Amino acid sequence: MIVIGEKISIIAKKVREAMTNRDPKPIQEIASAQWKAGAHMIDVNIGPAEEKGEDLMTWMVNIIQEVVPLPLCLDTTNSNALEAGLKAHNNQWGRALINSTSNEPERFVMLELAARHNAQVIGLTLGKGGLPADAEERAAIASEIMARAMEYGLPLEDLFLDPLILQVCTMQSHAMHAIKAVRMFQELNDPPMKTVVGLSNISNGAPKDMRSLIDRTFLTLLMHEGLTAAIMNPLDKDLMAVMKTTDIFLGKTLYAHSYLEM
Amino acid sequence: MAYVIPKETYSGKVASMTIGEGAKSIAIGGENTMPFLSFEGAIPNRPVIAMEIQDITPDDWPDNLKKYYNGYYDDAAKWAKFCVEQLNAKAIALRLVGTHPDKQDRSAEDAAKTVKEVLSVVDVPLIILGSNHIEKDASVIVAAAEAATGKNCIIGKAQEGNYKTIVAAALAHKHKLIAMSELDINLAKQLNILITQMGFETDRLLTDPMCSALGYGLEYTYSVMERIRLAALTQNDTTMQPPIVGDVGMYVWKTKEVSASEEDMPQWGSLEERGIAWEVVTAMGMLLAGANLLIMRHPKAVEKAEKVIEELTKG
Repeated sequence: MIVIGEKISIIAKKVREAMTNRDPKPIQEIASAQWKAGAHMIDVNIGPAEEKGEDLMTWMVNIIQEVVPLPLCLDTTNSNALEAGLKAHNNQWGRALINSTSNEPERFVMLELAARHNAQVIGLTLGKGGLPADAEERAAIASEIMARAMEYGLPLEDLFLDPLILQVCTMQSHAMHAIKAVRMFQELNDPPMKTVVGLSNISNGAPKDMRSLIDRTFLTLLMHEGLTAAIMNPLDKDLMAVMKTTDIFLGKTLYAHSYLEM
Repeated sequence: MAYVIPKETYSGKVASMTIGEGAKSIAIGGENTMPFLSFEGAIPNRPVIAMEIQDITPDDWPDNLKKYYNGYYDDAAKWAKFCVEQLNAKAIALRLVGTHPDKQDRSAEDAAKTVKEVLSVVDVPLIILGSNHIEKDASVIVAAAEAATGKNCIIGKAQEGNYKTIVAAALAHKHKLIAMSELDINLAKQLNILITQMGFETDRLLTDPMCSALGYGLEYTYSVMERIRLAALTQNDTTMQPPIVGDVGMYVWKTKEVSASEEDMPQWGSLEERGIAWEVVTAMGMLLAGANLLIMRHPKAVEKAEKVIEELTKG
């Protein structure tokens, strides 16, 4: 499974301060730690970045790829900042992933950017009508995003569908809707559509010491349904161990006694 | 509509390495597709066959095999030279079988001396194998590795019970290394992990999942080898990317079929042809499963296997 490291986010105080002060060190340390822990891609969440977004994203991409040989998942609603990030991205380590488009008209520009810059893109199954009620509604939105992607000339294999994970503590039934949606998304195309989740949303609002347990249990169920990638915390050792063990059960990795160390 | 050949694309690639020194060094591995499917990917190097010689006169080789080495097998250096100069061997595998306590229990120093003698007369890559005695091999292979320092040999086989010493010797004397496990894919992977955790690079490691002869478990070896290759290519499992060794000759030339006489088994046809065919068919099975390096004994079997490789790799 593809692990997208979630730790470089404007929500974290340390990261936010480093961004404001243009201090590369804390950000590079977090990027490097995630890479060493087994992340395949690093999420770079700079938020809405309304002021100097382009400068900020370019700077982030450059300083991160200076220290880790990984592709980045560029996470902002500011399309100018996003395009600047795509231009700065070093494709030697793999193609960038845009986080994200959806079925909201103001987000269509992300599909255009993905097609123009040979990037991949996450399609969040969120439409004009607010939160999707169930798996079927998520699949219907996914179909619309796929049709839109084709209009923009984006190959469907470059689109990762995201069922929108909601917190279990207040919206319990959506956990199962999202799991079912992961299965349904794959059936929308042949070869199957790729899928991705923002995993830690599931445990948002739960007591801190229970979050890892909730995340990793949910991840196992999603992986069983064929999940391709997750934006998650690679520094959570228990979570990574569960992911590797699930990959063993699913036959994605060959078993050896030391598989956790690989 | 024109026919389009369906193709698989793989995410992984077999490690490539060079063995030996100078003009006759050889590259093996490096392919990113299953054996001989060159329309699907790149196969930069063809499989290599090494001819086996031993440090003592073989006492368990059938006459139909032994007779080709008459006058040579009492001296490993002479034997090696004969294989290279007269039989066109591209690589030599020296099996130090005489060091086994149940054979002549030759010492590690004796083994080292033999290695030096062989290296002084041949310029093709040398594979140095112990006697497959876990404890004895640890000392024999270490001494042999030191004697061959700077010659970029393949040494082995490192097994679960002795890998630490042998890996250290391969590291110190800059050799390639064969890791061997007994027909168990998970143990093969585990041993490779343990060896690389000692700081030994994957692109210096070869894996031997244990060979077996036609009629004596060939299908098990075939399955394990193929599974190793698929893990390397489809799952990009770096621990499974070392080139594969097929130690064919030693398993073939102890079977009933290569030595039962024509009087006893008239329906089995010519004894010598039978033996050659047995080794060639076993070798082909290993090649089709993904083996990169074969160790063989009968000169005519080597010739035939080389011809098949030639035909499968040309154009």
